[in-house]
Amino acid sequence: MAEYLIKNGHVFDPILGIKGEVHNIAIRDGKFVEPSALTSSAKTIDASGKTVMAGGVDIHSHVVGPKVNVGRLFRPEDKLFKSPLRQPKNARMEMGFSVPSTFKTGYDYSRMGYCFVNEAAMPPLHSPHVHEEIRDTPLIDNTAMPVLGNNWFMLEYLKNGEIENNAAYTAWLLHATKGFAIKVVNPGGTEAWGWGLNCVTINDPVPHFNITPAEIIKGLIETNEYLRLPHSIHLHGNNIGNPGNYTDTIDTLKLAEGYSPNCDFGRDQVIHNTHLQFHSYGGDSWLNFESKAKEIMEYVNRQKNLTFDLGVVTLDETTTMTADGPFEHHLQSLNHLKWANVDVELETAAGIVPYVYGKDVKVCNIQWAIGLELALFCNDPMRSHITTDHPNAGPFIRYPRIIKWLMSKASRDELLHSFKWSEKVIGATNIESIDREMSLYEIAMMTRAGTAKALGLSHMYGSFTEGLAGNVAIYDLDPENMPSDPEMIEKAFGRAAYTLKDGVIVVKDGDIVGDTPKSTIWVNVKVPENKQVARDVSEKFLRYYSVNKDNYSLFEEHLHNPKVIEVDITA
Amino acid sequence: MAKVIKDVGCPYCGACCDDVEVTVSDDGKKILEVANVCAIGAEIFKHASREDRVKLPRMRQPDGTYKDVSYTEAIDFTAKMLVKAKKPLIFGFGSTNCEAMSSAAKVAEKAGAVLDNCASICHGSSFLAMFDNGYPSCTLGETKNRADVVVYWGSNPAHAHPRHMSRYAMFPRGFFTGKGVMGRKVITVDPRFTDTARVSDIHLQVKQGHDYELFNAFRMVVRGFEADIPDVVAGIKKEQILEVAEIMKNARFGTIFYGMGLCHSDGRNHNVDEAISLTRDLNETTKWTIMAMRGHYNITGPGAVWSWQFGFPYCLDLTKKNMAHMNPGETSSIDLAMRDEIDAFINIGTDAGAHFPIEAVKHIKKHPMVTIDPNICMASEISDLHIPVGIVGVEVAGIVYRMDNVPIQYRKVIDPPEGVISDEELFERIYQRMCELEA
Repeated sequence: MAEYLIKNGHVFDPILGIKGEVHNIAIRDGKFVEPSALTSSAKTIDASGKTVMAGGVDIHSHVVGPKVNVGRLFRPEDKLFKSPLRQPKNARMEMGFSVPSTFKTGYDYSRMGYCFVNEAAMPPLHSPHVHEEIRDTPLIDNTAMPVLGNNWFMLEYLKNGEIENNAAYTAWLLHATKGFAIKVVNPGGTEAWGWGLNCVTINDPVPHFNITPAEIIKGLIETNEYLRLPHSIHLHGNNIGNPGNYTDTIDTLKLAEGYSPNCDFGRDQVIHNTHLQFHSYGGDSWLNFESKAKEIMEYVNRQKNLTFDLGVVTLDETTTMTADGPFEHHLQSLNHLKWANVDVELETAAGIVPYVYGKDVKVCNIQWAIGLELALFCNDPMRSHITTDHPNAGPFIRYPRIIKWLMSKASRDELLHSFKWSEKVIGATNIESIDREMSLYEIAMMTRAGTAKALGLSHMYGSFTEGLAGNVAIYDLDPENMPSDPEMIEKAFGRAAYTLKDGVIVVKDGDIVGDTPKSTIWVNVKVPENKQVARDVSEKFLRYYSVNKDNYSLFEEHLHNPKVIEVDITA
Repeated sequence: MAKVIKDVGCPYCGACCDDVEVTVSDDGKKILEVANVCAIGAEIFKHASREDRVKLPRMRQPDGTYKDVSYTEAIDFTAKMLVKAKKPLIFGFGSTNCEAMSSAAKVAEKAGAVLDNCASICHGSSFLAMFDNGYPSCTLGETKNRADVVVYWGSNPAHAHPRHMSRYAMFPRGFFTGKGVMGRKVITVDPRFTDTARVSDIHLQVKQGHDYELFNAFRMVVRGFEADIPDVVAGIKKEQILEVAEIMKNARFGTIFYGMGLCHSDGRNHNVDEAISLTRDLNETTKWTIMAMRGHYNITGPGAVWSWQFGFPYCLDLTKKNMAHMNPGETSSIDLAMRDEIDAFINIGTDAGAHFPIEAVKHIKKHPMVTIDPNICMASEISDLHIPVGIVGVEVAGIVYRMDNVPIQYRKVIDPPEGVISDEELFERIYQRMCELEA
């Protein structure tokens, strides 16, 4: 395997505290080493005048799985005039814009200098599908989070306060689906959607199961910390996307008070609140809709056990998709476009609706501002992560544009003042008054160091620490001579000068030039034997599932290049 | 001791029963018995143990007879045919696993081929409706656990999906449906008095080809315009329409299962579109879902695999080699064949000889044709080359997608006849050979 010495680059590594000083980075056998450990055969990459960061780590993106694929299937128009022609060195064609093909997903992330993506929602019943798509997504390592916030086992265990049983079941499920973390989407509300209903506050009881979303969230935090999982619960709360929902969001976040993380993976949070932008709305209708990012961040800044990602609206035509079934139904009644829905037995649901975030639509502009405000009001970028909830608020290929907006007030203002209703947007938001411009060091926190830490994967990604995966992104940006035109920032982050994945050059000058195997990372928790849970699992499969138990767990042959993280709570 | 293998998936219909039990002989080469399987499924398992299986590829000779050849020769022939052809068509895939669909896609992309599956002559009209109107659906277990009303419209599971009613929709007791069939209303809409209609609570004998009007009538009632409906719509009396609409509106959870009666009678995708619209209307007040009764056990598979690989479920024109293009009518198999645009043809996991119009087959036959199938079929008998492969679900394992898009992991129960390879391996070897030829 080739050895590399990346010389004279301006290195940004928040874990090692390197803030743009010139350093040499060495890679041997696919991992970072001390430069002195290289042999004479090492090749040199000249990074002088360039920005060098560890490979990007995306904490929340819908890239593989059944609802993503319905999004591809039922939107042929998403391919029309929006797919680039195949490049000579690409192994495969690249199709699609807001919901790209698996190949395009891998290539696009790689071109942006990313090497890892956490799939945001895996319906457990569909885990073989998720892993098939992971196999076909090149160049990026993946984890996938099974969706648990509406699972019947969980509802029953938590209703009875049986944390140990819920934990044993969760461990079984992570093993069965080769999953990574506990994803919670609209707790209780998606089960209610089985009857066309919803739970819009944390105190609305779930039909039949008679448990509240608040009880579910607290129970799952306790389950998560009992299992000592690398990641915290990954929460999409109730009442997403509605004016005035910020009070529900603060109520939800307050549930974390009194809990602290219990694991060996270095995270500080017990809730990761995903796509916080969709949960930070004021007003009581679309007419007086306004930003409550400041109020939300006043709370979040005070709490040390919370992390979040942004979910910035990028003002594109995109495809919304979420396990929040009732929300997608609500959305189709707003925009009257086509609507797909998949309710998944005993587990979850999903809805998919195309959506156009119009540049001249006031509400969309306010949403755009809220996403950025959350980042700009946050006093610890390690806890604030750049996402678009791909593809919900916009496609992930817009991350470079978000970085530009965060780094340049001029670029924000230019867009803000070009809106048709800019005065109204300014009146409903704080963005015009914010002068903050984020630094490259802070961007490195928000896109790799902070995300890796929150995921509990900082022993694998997010830094140049010796022994970590040799994932590197080199951007054509000179920190000592930053371009006066903010567009150059977007361009540099969109087309990396180099991306190295596990010590292999896969992108050069923004083009795919190489290939290397990718991995599927999952968590195996050893728990004490639990005969009751074993019996409950057998019984539910016998009576309620439409597939047999032994066909539900992923077969070994359908798991591709696995890397397992072992956790033993019996020790 | 004969061995019983449990939790086996059935390679017949889109209901993908995964509780089959197969008894195999001591040496693991013969299937002795199958249990938990319908009559048709049983035949497929038994078929594997027939003595007269084709075990080597067969190449057509100048005198019209077939001669056994090696796999290497067969692969070389197929690879050369694909490299030479300007617009080859690779069609079928209803009866193979997703791994083979993925490998075939790689071959098609390299060859610049048109890639199409049986949906093109089956539920393709459902895709067109989904493109326009979406697809509010669910998994079959949801119907089992929640549904108190089920509609079979233009589908006859009693014959086409024999265990669908007992496993998922009509009879089973689920979590919220403890009374099973006693607590469920089943409505069948069909111009024929089918065996499904016979066991249903209500049969609406719609006038053949007039489904669209009946959907419209239901939509009007659901939206509160019952006064404007004529006395008879599509052969159904108004009072019966009102009665059924009332049942639908009062359902706690309903599912419409529709079949070829909508997709391939007059109106086609418009019928399905209207069925989806009715489902959407009903969701304003209660919970309804809709599902296509997909035919073969893995015909849902290619739509899934090619959507994640190319973004389109069927009718993929890859001839430009740098982007995919889909336009049913232009890039669909039958239309291409009828216009004689195809200059090479691979039939895989289906029988185009039996299912294509004769005019289309005549055009296809002017050019080289290869059939990849475990068995002798009409397509194999008119091909230039027949390559036998292992039967997926019996001799080859792999992932298949049930009609509700749930992936089911199929098992291998016996070895294929000695020397016979899988679809996946075959396509991988064709791909390798094409790379060698183009190097």
